Amino acid sequence: MTSSSRSVALALRGLTKRYERPAVDALDLTVYGGEFYSLLGPNGAGKTTTLRMVVGLLKPDAGTIAVEGIDALADPVAAKQVTAWVSDEPMIYDKLTPFEYLEFVAGLWRIETKTGEARARELIEWLGLTPHMHERCEGFSKGMRQKVALAGALVHDPKLIILDEPLTGLDAGSARQVKNVLRERVAAGGTVVMTTHILEVAERMADRIGVIANGRLIAEGTLDELRQRSGAASATLEDTFLKLVAEEAA
Amino acid sequence: MSRPGTIPWLASHELRLGFRDWLSLMTAGRRRKLRNVVIALAVFGVIMHLVAWPMVERYADARPDLPTLVIVSGILLLSFSLLLSQAMESVTRAFYARADLDLILTAPVAPRKVFAVRIARIAVAIAAMATAIAVPFVNVLALTGGARWLAAYGVVAAMGAVAASLGVALTVALFRLIGPRRTRLIAQVVAAVIGAAFLIGLQIVAILSFGNLSRLAPLQSPWLLAHVPGVESVLWVPARAALGEPAALAGLLVFALFVLGVTVAVFSPRFGEHAIAASGVSQGVVRQRQRGFRRHSPKQMLRRKEWTLLARDPWLMSQTLMQILYLLPPALLLWRSFHDATTALIVLVPVIVMAAGQLAGGLAWLSISGEDAPDLVATAPIAAASLLWAKIEAVMIAIAVIFAPFIIGLGLASPWAAAVAGAGVIIAAAAATDIQLCFRVQARRSHFRRRQTSSRVATFAEAFSSISWAAAAALFAAGTWFAAMPALIALAIMGGVRLIAPPRD
Repeated sequence: MTSSSRSVALALRGLTKRYERPAVDALDLTVYGGEFYSLLGPNGAGKTTTLRMVVGLLKPDAGTIAVEGIDALADPVAAKQVTAWVSDEPMIYDKLTPFEYLEFVAGLWRIETKTGEARARELIEWLGLTPHMHERCEGFSKGMRQKVALAGALVHDPKLIILDEPLTGLDAGSARQVKNVLRERVAAGGTVVMTTHILEVAERMADRIGVIANGRLIAEGTLDELRQRSGAASATLEDTFLKLVAEEAA
Repeated sequence: MSRPGTIPWLASHELRLGFRDWLSLMTAGRRRKLRNVVIALAVFGVIMHLVAWPMVERYADARPDLPTLVIVSGILLLSFSLLLSQAMESVTRAFYARADLDLILTAPVAPRKVFAVRIARIAVAIAAMATAIAVPFVNVLALTGGARWLAAYGVVAAMGAVAASLGVALTVALFRLIGPRRTRLIAQVVAAVIGAAFLIGLQIVAILSFGNLSRLAPLQSPWLLAHVPGVESVLWVPARAALGEPAALAGLLVFALFVLGVTVAVFSPRFGEHAIAASGVSQGVVRQRQRGFRRHSPKQMLRRKEWTLLARDPWLMSQTLMQILYLLPPALLLWRSFHDATTALIVLVPVIVMAAGQLAGGLAWLSISGEDAPDLVATAPIAAASLLWAKIEAVMIAIAVIFAPFIIGLGLASPWAAAVAGAGVIIAAAAATDIQLCFRVQARRSHFRRRQTSSRVATFAEAFSSISWAAAAALFAAGTWFAAMPALIALAIMGGVRLIAPPRD
């Protein structure tokens, strides 16, 4: 299927955010439906700022954001209804149990009670949280908290899942569970946009990779396309990424 | 410069940390505000001296006779209960804050030395706090009654040392009795109760015996004067010292230093063990009752979440509801006056309104600023205004539930006073919530104790707004249109808050 025939899950046009300097500089980005898109870049490149603008946590200075065809700046509530956000620091309520947390999230997204509960139980089992589903989250490890946050992001069955470094600090087992869940979502037609510093994850999971530096998209494509662009056909993603960023810096 | 690892070197390190903590507390972490803070402190100091003048000037010529000694001792005991409360808070924090614990306990320095300095730092901080509060009163007394009153500063320092010592001993005793897991909560609740108990106790005795709310009334009773020891008793040494007797002051200072020295010697070697035990405390596993999802709208969900989080956090609950303790004396007065239906009931109106304003401020901070999952609620498909309304409703409903019994009780005795108090509660709570909305910042709920540091303006505005609405309610209940004056002041405060509140993106 050509990109022109696919539905667009996320379209950013001229997206700009300035602090003392441009954090995101007239960024154009398109992610197609059913795609796993990985956004890479050095620290301070503007990845998190971009994603926070997409989910409505930051207001852009200029540009447009369309989520599943919805103008996210004109109708943020409709855009949020189909979007989920998971940050690197799982923010959940210590005094709620995973089950109660998911009930809260399902309520916020107006999910029908029975559907929400069934989905919550399924996610809890899928993420290996069943023995802890009625325990308060206050004693949970970072990995368990991240799984609860991920379950919260998935309980309302979003079309677009945006994750900012979701694997940071997870052990190998937890990381694999999270990756499996994300793969399943993409296989089921969902779209995933994820930033990561773990290049091996991007290399293995992403359909397309975008490299961002100084708030601008400096390269984009499949792994092979990026390799060709960097002029080293057999290079690893790490080599390719470092070369692209070095070229941009030069 | 002292040699690294020695007690003076550690003391200078603690002093620097303490000073920077204080500076951060005063400037809310913004160094550029330091000049403003200094000016504000100077103005505040002058105002406090003006306030203290009429309050204490008449006592300037006081002599150490029995009635004076009883009253001075009562005031010192009242102050001491507050210092002890503060000391227990500080010791608990020192046990449980991980901060530099890993560094200290893995460094090749005897932990005994570090914790000895830390206990001394608590004593110094407590004494400094007490001195800061006492400055206007002692200065006015010294100006009007002579330099002998400056001895009161020595008494304040001695009380700080003894309060810190007792705070350490009580907290360690709790640690051993109930273990590290429960000590954190219990010690903070005990500290708050100690802080409030003496003051509330005096009020309750005053109501039962004299039918009014004066704290000093029981201390002036003939019965008490007939039953206390004579003027030569050692019981009066602190009061004599405060009145400027050099021998009493010297004795008190020696006693306080001895107590502090013994505390440091006895407890500092074990302090590290307790800190390690405290840091090893896990949250434990708390299981909740199993049930299915319930049908709620997003706003209902948000309100329920706020109430659930509050109900499941006994520490936060104790911190916020502690203000309700102060309603006990007026409740007692209400009970005593029930059949009299006198105008004395009007005195309850401002107390209830003031408490509602203060409590609403705390709850509003927890609900609006203390959101532990801000990204989640901000990315939920709900309009921002609806989100805020749900949180405001959660606060207002909680206030209504807490204060309804008081209003209903008041209504049985005086429907007019109850109606005014009810309206006052709603207005004061709404005003406090509005102030918190204007100055909202994202914070962890666990930072509730330090919420005042985020904005001095919000803290003072909240307090003055509650006081103004309380005064307006009291005057309106008394049937005078002078009530308009404090109401206008309160409205001016609200207007000022909106003018200076940081812009919202």
